[in-house]
Amino acid sequence: MTTSIQLFLNGQSVTVNAPENTPLLYVLRNDLEHKGTRFGCGSGNCGACTVIVDGQAMQSCDMQLWAATGKEVITAEGLAADAIGQLVQKAFIDEQAAQCGYCINGILMSVVALLKKNPQPNKEVLMESLNRHLCRCGTHVRILRAIDRVIQQLNEKRAA
Amino acid sequence: MSNLTLPANIVSNPKLSQWFRLDQLPLVTVCTGKVELGQGIQTALQQIAADEIGVDLQQINWIAGDTHLSPDEWYTAGSLSIENGGAALKTALGYARYLSLEAAAKQLGVTANSITIEHGIFSSKDSQQQITYAQLANHLDLDVEITSNEQIITSKQQVMTKWVGRSITRDDLHSKLSGAAFIHDFTLPNMRHARMIRAKHVQSTITHVDIPKIQQLPGVEQVVHSGSFLAVVGSNEALIVLAQEKAQAFVSWQTPAYVQAQTSTEEMITALQASDEIAFQQGTADTVHTTVKARYSRPFIAHASIGPACAISQESDGILTVWSHTQGSHLVKNQIAVGLRQDPSTVKVIHLHGAGCYGHNSADDVAFDAAFIAKMTGLPIRVQWSREEELTASPFGSPGVVEFEVGVDESGTIINWQSEVWSPTHIHRPGWAGKLNLLGAWMIDPPHPVDETKDNPLPQGGGLRNAITLYNVDYQQVKHHMIPQAPLRTSALRGLGAYLNVFAMESFMDEVARALGQDSLEFRKKHLSDPRSITLLETLAQMANWSNRANLPEGTGLGMGFARYKNSGAYCGVMVQLRAEEKIYIDHVWSVCDAGEVINPDGLINQIEGGIIQSISWTLKEMVTWDTEGVTSATWDTYPILNFDEVPQVEVKLLNQPGVQSLGGGEASAGPTAAAIANALEQALGVRARHLPLTPDRLAELMS
Repeated sequence: MTTSIQLFLNGQSVTVNAPENTPLLYVLRNDLEHKGTRFGCGSGNCGACTVIVDGQAMQSCDMQLWAATGKEVITAEGLAADAIGQLVQKAFIDEQAAQCGYCINGILMSVVALLKKNPQPNKEVLMESLNRHLCRCGTHVRILRAIDRVIQQLNEKRAA
Repeated sequence: MSNLTLPANIVSNPKLSQWFRLDQLPLVTVCTGKVELGQGIQTALQQIAADEIGVDLQQINWIAGDTHLSPDEWYTAGSLSIENGGAALKTALGYARYLSLEAAAKQLGVTANSITIEHGIFSSKDSQQQITYAQLANHLDLDVEITSNEQIITSKQQVMTKWVGRSITRDDLHSKLSGAAFIHDFTLPNMRHARMIRAKHVQSTITHVDIPKIQQLPGVEQVVHSGSFLAVVGSNEALIVLAQEKAQAFVSWQTPAYVQAQTSTEEMITALQASDEIAFQQGTADTVHTTVKARYSRPFIAHASIGPACAISQESDGILTVWSHTQGSHLVKNQIAVGLRQDPSTVKVIHLHGAGCYGHNSADDVAFDAAFIAKMTGLPIRVQWSREEELTASPFGSPGVVEFEVGVDESGTIINWQSEVWSPTHIHRPGWAGKLNLLGAWMIDPPHPVDETKDNPLPQGGGLRNAITLYNVDYQQVKHHMIPQAPLRTSALRGLGAYLNVFAMESFMDEVARALGQDSLEFRKKHLSDPRSITLLETLAQMANWSNRANLPEGTGLGMGFARYKNSGAYCGVMVQLRAEEKIYIDHVWSVCDAGEVINPDGLINQIEGGIIQSISWTLKEMVTWDTEGVTSATWDTYPILNFDEVPQVEVKLLNQPGVQSLGGGEASAGPTAAAIANALEQALGVRARHLPLTPDRLAELMS
């Protein structure tokens, strides 16, 4: 059944007319033309489609539109407007923490959601978050280095 | 001035205007057939280009893999983009620079050799004036045959910019990490989404299909059915994805007769019918003191890209355009035309960036799917494969078995070396050996016959890639048992046969050294005379503290692997330190690579690291499984790859050789990594692992 659902996408109020059980992924990509969120498996196993919903990293292929009603959704397109999002995005570029880059936006979202809640995560917490993501090019070493860089920057900021 | 021999890609694309144009001023247009596949090659090639013509990277209008606008440089494959694609760019753009210098000299009224080029501006100490490429556009005839001689090459000294050798960051990552950037994100007005309906075995044929039932599924606007080609089409992607799954209930399939239930790789491969040949023989066999013999195997491995294949196609004004992440735009264009039974001049392929490509994956097949559906419906069509298709319908990396028997003399030196390699083809691309090789074209009615397989011959080699040992021996013979029909479709996956051959050869070197009671590093060095190899091994040993190997704690091992990729590309050595308990924990990996003159050091390190991590995943975890109906490893649960918490520390060192020919390195580290793991495992647990993957089950089997 097509319904009219309102949510907040990267700080903007948007209204979507779509069947309420549509996976959020397709709503973001096709109805709202935010293509930075990517399809990988459709079953919540690879993390490529991860977005931030009310502060939580969620796999958007596995979440229906109605569940996002009235919520704050952040995608790769919204990272530049967020202080931590900007830091994380920049660290990934500076470390060249990508090969093909297809999995990276999902990882960015998980990392941003985690660091907003916990700017100094220990290895176990970080791995719990990252193990929801797959990378096939083998960029893991650089991804971890980029995250370390952000954690260090946040630490320095806090100390200052 | 005598003309120099031109690179092969220039001979086949001889006009300067195929490579260099001044049609998008103030930018200079540079065209290449080598495409970005996630390996960062675009940036490295742009660095080469910029240094030839004296421009900044931002001044280049880059065109890659467009069949109407770019040269045909065959496939972007085999770690040849820098070696071949780079060499072609240097020659073409070198000539462009030379002609531009001559034209600038005329315009400025000075001698050509008084001019220097920087930021695309021509200046001379003998003139107050300057001139740019844009201003030269009307004074240059680019529709000329490319030539090369010493004078042309020497004029490079007049270029003041230096991009090669610097770790330039990739420009394409900014858009990829913030929004639309991939082929998956490309849309056309009125575009429809299509999804394929397939069996578990991709070459199964339809015995019965209830089209009206499929037509009634929500969101389905059209069903495209031709022979065993079946697709659903609609405007709402989410509904079409659901329909793809639901449509299965209305189709019955017949699996090909050659599909037998899965057995061990060794058993399966050696039992299949094969054509046998002696592929290489050199020297004379001597009388030996001892012989050592062993056999190794690897299973089918999936490409398993994170982004499933995608293509967009539209027919307008008699031209069928296909947007594709193919490795060979011109080749797939021609074969799509063959498949659709129309003239190649009516098909156009434009390359767009896709998700990580490690060889002949599903990119070409999905391009045909989109082209055929666009043709049948008359609509702009976007097809994306599902995760399950990606893991079952894409060609697989070829399985294989390798057996060595060596003869050792009284001094403990290998003198006779015999190897046998069993494998299905490692290359089955569209256009390979002039064949069609497109899945959809085998399915439509009337079907095109399934193409015979033909492996890549030496010296590049498919199953035989890196099968010839570079260790010094008096006698060597390599036999190949090429299997024409395997239970699953195979084609090129990163490194082709090199992954298994290097794993096997480097494991075997350790085994022989151990049998003779010699240190495996010294044993290798004893059989090498090439100074680059020896320097590399010594550097690696120092990095990984090899000499301390005996002092590692119990259950820990340090192992090594080394090869020169294809025996002609980059040299790469890897050392792995691991702990083995119920499973293998890789703690630390060190690697040294000599790829000649390095174009972009960080880009190459990224590729070496990626090859190491991907190889760890292949080696520890990956194996395609199947039953008599088809592939059963269709999801990330049933085809697991490496997780973040399994990733070791990785250190890579490059031995840069300025002025020495650049060598392809993107595929160099996978084979050495696999061998280093098996060799480290031997030290850690005292068991020899010869058959991949090294899963906890395999370890338990080895320990019992």
